[in-house]
Amino acid sequence: MSDKEIKNLEAIFEARIDRDEKIEPKDWMPEKYRQTHIRQISQHAHSEIVGMLPEGNWITRAPSLRRKAALLAKVQDEAGHGLYLYSAAETLGISRNELYEQLHSGKAKYSSIFNYPTISWADIGAIGWLVDGAAIINQVALCTTSFGPYARAMVRICKEESFHQRQGYEIMLTLCKGTAEQKAMAQDALNRWWWPSLMMFGPRDEESPHTAQSMKWKLKRKTNDELRQQFVDQTIPQADILGITVPDPNLKWNEAKGQYDFGEIDWDEFWQVVKGHGPCNKERMEARVGAWEEGTWVRDAAMVYAEKQANKKVAQAS
Amino acid sequence: MEKEHLYQYIVGIADNNLVLGQRLGELCGHGPSLETDIALTNIALDLFGQTRSYYQYAAQLSAQHQTEDDVAFLRKEREYRNVLLVEQPNTHFGHVIARQFLFDVFHYLFLEQLLHSKDDTLAAIAAKAIKEVSYHKRFSSDWVKRLGDGTEESHQKMQEGISNLWRYTNELFEMTAYENEAVKAGIGIALSELKQNYYKEVNHILEEATLSVPESPYFQKGGKEGIHTEHMGYLLADLQYMQRTYPNMNW
Repeated sequence: MSDKEIKNLEAIFEARIDRDEKIEPKDWMPEKYRQTHIRQISQHAHSEIVGMLPEGNWITRAPSLRRKAALLAKVQDEAGHGLYLYSAAETLGISRNELYEQLHSGKAKYSSIFNYPTISWADIGAIGWLVDGAAIINQVALCTTSFGPYARAMVRICKEESFHQRQGYEIMLTLCKGTAEQKAMAQDALNRWWWPSLMMFGPRDEESPHTAQSMKWKLKRKTNDELRQQFVDQTIPQADILGITVPDPNLKWNEAKGQYDFGEIDWDEFWQVVKGHGPCNKERMEARVGAWEEGTWVRDAAMVYAEKQANKKVAQAS
Repeated sequence: MEKEHLYQYIVGIADNNLVLGQRLGELCGHGPSLETDIALTNIALDLFGQTRSYYQYAAQLSAQHQTEDDVAFLRKEREYRNVLLVEQPNTHFGHVIARQFLFDVFHYLFLEQLLHSKDDTLAAIAAKAIKEVSYHKRFSSDWVKRLGDGTEESHQKMQEGISNLWRYTNELFEMTAYENEAVKAGIGIALSELKQNYYKEVNHILEEATLSVPESPYFQKGGKEGIHTEHMGYLLADLQYMQRTYPNMNW
């Protein structure tokens, strides 16, 4: 294709984005658009899959049968989200195995929040409330993103996430209405999960390398800092209802702005975890790589068996 | 049938589901593929759902256990009466599938009979559960075949699973005093009558999977009398952790 032809296609593409048309897998798209989407969608898929681990840590120890079943169902939903998202990424011409390979080699990232440990039952409540709450804010913005398969996956995922978020908040509410020991457990979880939750929105706008391009392509509709502010404004009244407080001495209502002012994130910690040195980065990767490697013989067997069955059918037909 | 004895009968059924569900719960997020992970979690969810129906019913009958969670979490090891098969660890995927398969075939035959129990609640639970268990059995049988007739390695691992767990199969058909009483009352199932069909079906699938039927005449039992393998204490330590550490709280 000549440069002129490519320019022409690019112009048509940009015009479609401007008109809020969905881009579908078979449509022409700039290579950079394709790569950016593979990166973001797979990162999202990996986050779902790695995210199963900290919560899975409490399935065997959930305090009641009802909670155990709800937690299992939640972790299973995350596996389901991983499946749709890997499928959406596959429409861009990359295989699930290649995507796993990128995760296992450390080339692909996943949400840093899952590198924090779940050390009490209240952490399961806090993850549902805060982490799923933050994820929804990010994801609602993505329901109208320009790439069709991603936008459609997001609509479905958002519905389930909002159910998870209510479930998490309900765990927190039960703890906060319970004994002093239970309330302390809830407060401790909030103390540990608050800042990592704020970090989920990514670096400050001025340090976010992909923001400008992503806004132009409507892969992002709001900036990191805008979304973070929305999360704080939405979450503080919920903490008030629980009767527990966020660990930020600088948090206060700003009447003039009609929003909360809040303290600065510990960016050193943010980058440490992003770079692979958080409390559980090593454990999470070992668990993923371990499951994959230990499962090789099972996947191989399934392939060989399917081939044998197909050959049998052919033999029977002839 | 006396209430307390009916309670014991129901708990004996439900403990199998609870303990197997607990084992499957350990695997969540660690399966060989996303699809198998989702399927095994589904099975665990079904088993816990059934467990809850049984325990809720048992709790109504019991003088000391008021809620499903009291029944599930607050007994001593000797009071759990699941068969030894379901408490065996997730050694590798071949064991996981073998344990599931050897239990599912039994579970299905059992529920088919429980449908006709004179106890309406048990019959209703069976009617719901049998649809779920029919899927479990299909899933585990398919995997027995896939692994048995897959690669050389998978064949060997699947055979290992079946051979190691075979000694726990006979216990599925052991009758306790409560079970005999429940049979007399028209409520319970005469397990020995399921035995022939069980081995017929299991052997048929193993054959299809190119696996050999273990020939050992030695079997293990004890679970149904509350005498478990050494694995059980650890399983209960996890299961009961919260309830034991923070007694008498709502969650």
